[in-house]
Amino acid sequence: MVTYFSRVPTDDDLVFKALADPTRRFLLDRLFERDGRTLTELESELDMTRFGVMKHLRVLEDAGLVVARKSGREKLHYLNPVPIRLIHDRWIDKYTERHVSALVDLKTELESEP
Amino acid sequence: MTAMPQTAPTTQVYRVYIKATPEAIWAALTKPEWTERYGYTGLIDYDLRPGGAYVVRPTEPFKAAGAAQGREVPDVVIEGEVLEADPPRRLVTTFRMLMDPDMAAEPATRITYEIKEGQNGVCSLTLTHELDGSPKLAALVSGQLEDQGAGGGHAWILSDLKTLLETGKSFAN
Repeated sequence: MVTYFSRVPTDDDLVFKALADPTRRFLLDRLFERDGRTLTELESELDMTRFGVMKHLRVLEDAGLVVARKSGREKLHYLNPVPIRLIHDRWIDKYTERHVSALVDLKTELESEP
Repeated sequence: MTAMPQTAPTTQVYRVYIKATPEAIWAALTKPEWTERYGYTGLIDYDLRPGGAYVVRPTEPFKAAGAAQGREVPDVVIEGEVLEADPPRRLVTTFRMLMDPDMAAEPATRITYEIKEGQNGVCSLTLTHELDGSPKLAALVSGQLEDQGAGGGHAWILSDLKTLLETGKSFAN
């Protein structure tokens, strides 16, 4: 019998899938600006139903990119940078990092020229 | 970086999933023979009971590296007080960073570690850092000062801790 190598979805797959959506990246950008927001606050910045925003937050939570934490009666959402850090640490070592950050700085500088 | 936050948020939450027992993760957080092997490589010393002292001392190589950069490393780099210790599940301490005089002048912050057992031998480790009134420390632990050689903060430490517990290797070796 021939057995085929089967791919089991990994944590990285969940992270990349979660990031492959503009609404979810928008939500992460909002949390990066100011962390610890409620669903109501996040919903007010999107032209989308509450249920739709909940679904996206759920995907982000399943990927570990958002951690929800109770504070009194409120549920606050926090950006968890660790999964992205793990991807960074896996593919960018401390030697290439300097070149990469120099290029990112150059891009930022060139694009911010008036 | 383009979209830096104007002010660092006052509470930061970090979570990592690690294939290890709660006891192994607890040991990696609380024992100096583990803490010198990942992240900032400090030698941790906890008196694990409420009111007990919490101190992190630098290793000799860490002091030497600081001296090479013209920076004198104090004998105690982090100090705090244990508020709750429930091994191997929950540890709450206060936290003051003494490496930098501006940070040392900020009020004490509060760190909570929670370890939860999940499926297939994987645990979640959640670190919550309450940083009210301590914007300089908040910038450091969020990794914003990494370009200045200050390390990548909590996300970097937890990434290294996961690598060490799962592979026996850390970034340093």
